[in-house]
Amino acid sequence: MFAEIFSQEVIDETLDILINEIPYALWETFYVTILATLFAVIIGLPLGVLIVVGEKDGVLPLPKPILSFLNLLINLLRSVPFLILMILVFPITRFIIGTTVGTTASIVPLVIAAFPFVARLVETSLREVDPGIIETAQSMGASPLQIIVKVMIPESVPSLISGITIAITTILGYTAMSGIIGGGGLGKIAINYGYYRYKYLVMLIAVIILIVLVQLFQTIGTRLAKAMDKR
Amino acid sequence: MIEIKNLSKSFETSDGSLDALKNINITIADGEIFGIIGMSGAGKSTLVRCINMLERPTEGEVVIDGVNLLSLKEKDLREIRRNVTMIFQGFNLLMQRNCLKNICLPLELEGVNKKDAKKRALELLDLVGLSDKAKAYPSQLSGGQQQRIAIARALATNPKVLLCDEATSALDPKTTRSILSLIRDINNKLGITVIVITHQMSVIEEICDKVAILDNGEVAEIGEVAEIFRSPKSKAAKSLVYPEDNEVEVHSEFALRVVFNGAEATDTPLIAQLAIEKNIAANILSASTKSIGNKAHGVMILSFADEKSLVSAKQYLNQIDGVLSEEVKNVR
Ligand SMILES: Nc1ncnc2c1ncn2[C@@H]1O[C@H](COP(=O)(O)OP(=O)(O)OP(=O)(O)O)[C@@H](O)[C@H]1O
Ligand SMILES: [Mg+2]
Repeated sequence: MFAEIFSQEVIDETLDILINEIPYALWETFYVTILATLFAVIIGLPLGVLIVVGEKDGVLPLPKPILSFLNLLINLLRSVPFLILMILVFPITRFIIGTTVGTTASIVPLVIAAFPFVARLVETSLREVDPGIIETAQSMGASPLQIIVKVMIPESVPSLISGITIAITTILGYTAMSGIIGGGGLGKIAINYGYYRYKYLVMLIAVIILIVLVQLFQTIGTRLAKAMDKR
Repeated sequence: MIEIKNLSKSFETSDGSLDALKNINITIADGEIFGIIGMSGAGKSTLVRCINMLERPTEGEVVIDGVNLLSLKEKDLREIRRNVTMIFQGFNLLMQRNCLKNICLPLELEGVNKKDAKKRALELLDLVGLSDKAKAYPSQLSGGQQQRIAIARALATNPKVLLCDEATSALDPKTTRSILSLIRDINNKLGITVIVITHQMSVIEEICDKVAILDNGEVAEIGEVAEIFRSPKSKAAKSLVYPEDNEVEVHSEFALRVVFNGAEATDTPLIAQLAIEKNIAANILSASTKSIGNKAHGVMILSFADEKSLVSAKQYLNQIDGVLSEEVKNVR
């Protein structure tokens, strides 16, 4: 089988496909990942904050039913496998984008799958903030909103960056899966050529590019978190 | 003036209600340095947190300059907290902000513009002697320097009262002394009322004018520091002023605590005099005395063979100037 994969004919054909398709696929993967992460953070960050500050002895206690509902929502969404979630959210996707197939449409299920994950990551980061520092801010007469904006979030920035890095790499993995519902990108190439048309070399290279991308995001994220941390 | 009236605080815990503070009455005059001392768990932190309403008392009142804090809404309380600021054992600086920005924080919260806040922060850095650390991050400072930054931050809003909860407990003796003298300077220069919470008698001795001794949620004794050092009355006060009592095992039934409070050091040692003049043999159980400028200071615990020699020794010792003796009853 390996001899077949690496025959001159296959290599030529593969090169042809790569040159024609990879740059665009790479771009698609990139923008879907970044946009999906952005929206996931826009929804997940406030949600994570609410869960921490809304506790009984938090800085802005919320009514118990609201807190329980938010926790339940997050747990429910997190327990549905992404492949199934993609199909379940078709109605929402159609409502927002107007269609359920295509690259842009794949952003909706990605965001819905990722924001609960981001909320939990934010929750973990904020819980690491020294309670003494929060008490100090209270002793200075800070309002709950000021404590969140001036103390809790700035103090956990390095940890939040690490969390968002994890979210990006996870979403990158999910974008590959969304090739199944017509989402574009490297995942689509791997599935179309590798799975449907038995062009294993193309698949292999698409996967390698994905791995390199994950490494890249992870390295940048880790460096950034370290550089920001003044502790 | 701060008036704490009939203040009680209970916590609801999983195994019932816990009375952390019971009927506390304390009045603190403007410009005073007031100490609150007690063992761990005595309720010191709870009391200080009631003074700025971080903890709401279950009963009683806290009145600052005629304003009853319990009658205030949350928003007005925040206003009060700019006037009654606090420093902590763990310094609690924001680790991701440099020193200058840490000092600016309370001003930012108040809505002061950036330029004015920076100007004020630089003045305060100068006041605490750390002008060169404006751009440094807290992790680059020693504990003593971090506490100085915390003090500068606490002074940013020009408070009338400074609360110090075990502010020197994490520091070595030398740094402790320098922080205490900074607090004293601030009290002198700015006339700020200071409330010092501690479990170390040395801290009280060093800077406080008055002290309240807290024992198990109650005020055991309250008064001038010098007076309490001279003659502690309550059990809690005695065990703080004479920590030796807890360290020595007093097996003897006839034991005497002898306090030297500036007695003339004589050529013949006291114990020898006791033996020669009164023919009483005393056994030294513990002694920690030092002479400062030819005067003796400190405490000694003596034991005797019987009641009779104890009584006459006590009589003999008490007639000497600057010596005070009293019986030690089964301390253990
Ligand atoms: N939030 C709380 N919930 C329940 N119990 C509490 C709470 N805060 C304090 N306590 C209890 O109240 C008592 C007094 O606590 P407090 O922290 O005031 O003591 P402390 O004198 O400051 O002690 P330390 O010297 O160890 O700091 C303790 O028994 C403590 O367990
Ligand atoms: Mg305490």
